[in-house]
Amino acid sequence: MRLTRRCLLASATAPFLLRAGAARSRTPHRGGVLVVAADTEPRNLNPALVASNGVFYVASKVIEPLAEMAYGEPGFTPRLALGWQGSPDGKSFTLRLREGVRFHDGRPFTSADVAYCALELWKKHQNLGRVFFVDLEAVETPDPHTAILRFAAPMPAQLIENALPALTAVVPRHLFEGTDPLANPHNQKLVGTGPFRFVEHRPGQYYRLERNPDYWDAPKPHLDGIVYRVLPDRGAIAAALEAGEIQLAAFSAVPLADMQRLAKLPGIAVIDRGYEGITYLVTVEINHRRKELADVRVRRAIAHAIDPSFVVERIFLGHAKPAIGPIPRFDTRFHTADQPTYPYDPKRAEALLDEAGLPRGPNGVRFSVELLPAPWFEQTRQMGDYLRQALKAVGIEAKLVVKDPAGHQKAVYTDHAFDLAIGSPVYRNDPAISTTILYQGGLPPGVPFSNQYGWADPAMDELIARAARTVHPAERAELYRRFQRIAAEQLPLIPVVEFTFLTVASTRVHGVADNPRWAVSNWAETWLDA
Amino acid sequence: MSPPERSFVRGPAWLLVRRRLAQAPLVLLFVLVGAFLLLEAAPGDAVDAYVASLGGDAGFVRELRERWGLDRSAPTRFLLYLAGLATGDLGWSVAFDRPVLAVIAERLPVTLALAGGATLFAFALGTGLGILAGARPQGPLDRILSAAALVLNATPSFWLGLLLALLFAVRLRWLPLAGIETIGAGYSGLVRLLDLARHLVLPVLTLGLVYAALYLRLMRAGMVEAWRSDFVRAARAKGISRRRLVLRHVARNALLPVVTMLGLQSATLVGGSVVVESVFAVPGLGRLAAEAVTQRDFPLLLGILIVSALLVLLVNLLVDLLYARIDPRVELGARTP
Repeated sequence: MRLTRRCLLASATAPFLLRAGAARSRTPHRGGVLVVAADTEPRNLNPALVASNGVFYVASKVIEPLAEMAYGEPGFTPRLALGWQGSPDGKSFTLRLREGVRFHDGRPFTSADVAYCALELWKKHQNLGRVFFVDLEAVETPDPHTAILRFAAPMPAQLIENALPALTAVVPRHLFEGTDPLANPHNQKLVGTGPFRFVEHRPGQYYRLERNPDYWDAPKPHLDGIVYRVLPDRGAIAAALEAGEIQLAAFSAVPLADMQRLAKLPGIAVIDRGYEGITYLVTVEINHRRKELADVRVRRAIAHAIDPSFVVERIFLGHAKPAIGPIPRFDTRFHTADQPTYPYDPKRAEALLDEAGLPRGPNGVRFSVELLPAPWFEQTRQMGDYLRQALKAVGIEAKLVVKDPAGHQKAVYTDHAFDLAIGSPVYRNDPAISTTILYQGGLPPGVPFSNQYGWADPAMDELIARAARTVHPAERAELYRRFQRIAAEQLPLIPVVEFTFLTVASTRVHGVADNPRWAVSNWAETWLDA
Repeated sequence: MSPPERSFVRGPAWLLVRRRLAQAPLVLLFVLVGAFLLLEAAPGDAVDAYVASLGGDAGFVRELRERWGLDRSAPTRFLLYLAGLATGDLGWSVAFDRPVLAVIAERLPVTLALAGGATLFAFALGTGLGILAGARPQGPLDRILSAAALVLNATPSFWLGLLLALLFAVRLRWLPLAGIETIGAGYSGLVRLLDLARHLVLPVLTLGLVYAALYLRLMRAGMVEAWRSDFVRAARAKGISRRRLVLRHVARNALLPVVTMLGLQSATLVGGSVVVESVFAVPGLGRLAAEAVTQRDFPLLLGILIVSALLVLLVNLLVDLLYARIDPRVELGARTP
């Protein structure tokens, strides 16, 4: 897999990025506790059950997946699996597991743990695994270091490989077997094989991890421990960095408006990479049950009314790129630029709306819509403000309806009580993991971040199903290029920009952003100056 | 000969306590029903909040709703909650996956320390400066203090908090910026207490300064009013010293509305500290209540409301008892006509 590094969009941060890069060549220092900001405390911290970035941020240091993403070829770093091979018919996938690995309670890691997690946790309970592993029939364990996944229907090896970093965290079978996995106390008091051991969680205050002296990749980790300070206020996170009370804030936890100021401070670096593997999109979600919006000309008009460059420059302050389709550019295996685009052109938008039989009324309004910006990010809320103005310019009156997460989830994904919404789906290293679900028809209501838009196209559904079963990588890639072309022609939702996050860190912190999922990887190579 | 002492259990104070205790269950029930209806009116439930942040498919959503009992009707859930409450069970927090009582017990002392410290600080500073301002109304000191109080009263607490943090934690580095303890220090006893106090200085200052401005304005206004009273004129005519006049006659009479405000302010102990708790990452009940609303964790929110309602009842009872100490004309235990 080829991954292109994100270009540095903000010139102000470039010198600091260079400094961070230069520091990486130095010899790592052993010791020190890294204190970082955390703004959420997930109820369930077990990544084998909840594949979510909020969970991975803490848990990935304790509980490891079978493989992690890496920059350059082949795109993966082995973790608990040393190698893997899919069968030609796609019905089995053999994993060769690492030997000599022990869980933090001293018990050895074996193929039995992988088999248990795959069948009992990933397949039955995990938020993404319940759909992804639906055809997983059995896991054979011919020896303690080999696990063979058997599927009822063909499952592309490429797809499984792409899912290894996010969907295959392994917890000890002996602590979960015979219990209700969702109520197991080790969903909070984590036990894994990772470079750090879970010490304590003081709700509302902090998580504390300590170095695992028996880590299989000795002499790593370099740090003595990691403390996640729960800081719910973003302004306070910036102040805590300045005061030296924390040394790192990931996931753009500091407001973008503060970044340039922080980047100029001595001893602080803004790092613009390490998130490519979890690229997000800002999308306009469209309710096709609304007569006007069911007309593709109207959807194209809305796309023409939006200026992605404005969104990049003014909302993301340069830290984003205009999107071309639902698959981000960095995934060169699947992304294609060969698809229809809708450049900013308000006149063309107005012409399309006239053509669709929606002329401006006496008050200049063609029709009115309710617009629900997702509350997940500051930028999705701001995008709502911008879209309202952009639509007004072409004669569409949008009424902003702002809700909290539970209210938004119910309104958009359960009750379908919206006309337009601003979404922010994440791309997870393969279109079949969490992208095609945005276009797949026939899904029951209540499923978040999925096609709840009332749009259904049998041709698209057939294409999505075929691509998820096609074993040959080149054929799969071609199917996803067709998928992108249909998505762009029909425009059931409008991808506006793609964005990742920024890390702000003390220049004392090294080994940052060394893989495309760095913030949610194990930080075994991260270290602090003496 | 001194008047005969009446024992507490037979005295008017005890009557007041008994009457307030008798009213408490009704007040609590009223709070619970109101809160439950409001929460039911809010869009989405705990499962919506959960999947909005962590995702899930349709089957998972259904299973979770069954597991958390949210597939039952609202009246059934409320009756089950009341039945549990009758046995002292505050229920299970779905957001924290722990008993509500344990979650609240962890946070309550922090809120009591923060709100109690802020109230004491605000009361002492506000009444003290209010007396200085009210001692010579329209004097230079009064004008300066009144203007300062107005500015402080109009200052959003999150902004004031950030300013204090920037000055004392970022620039001067005298005080810790966030949290309530030094992580992993393993302090115990007095050292731990001092560590806790040090961490609470900035949040107490932030919360207290805003309320101090309020007390200052109330105290000053009360004193301006008192200066015009006949008893003050009579005291002046008797030729008592100005200092004694201000402290024993004017200030004492102006204190009643301030004490009333003290009681009313107790109702905002939980809600009023949400912003300050967030800015300084203090794990108190205010932040917990905000999380409970966001997560639609109804058992937790109802538990917090019960605790805060009890706190309000207790503080108001203490304020009523304090009234009688300050003003002998106030009759404890007397029923309002």
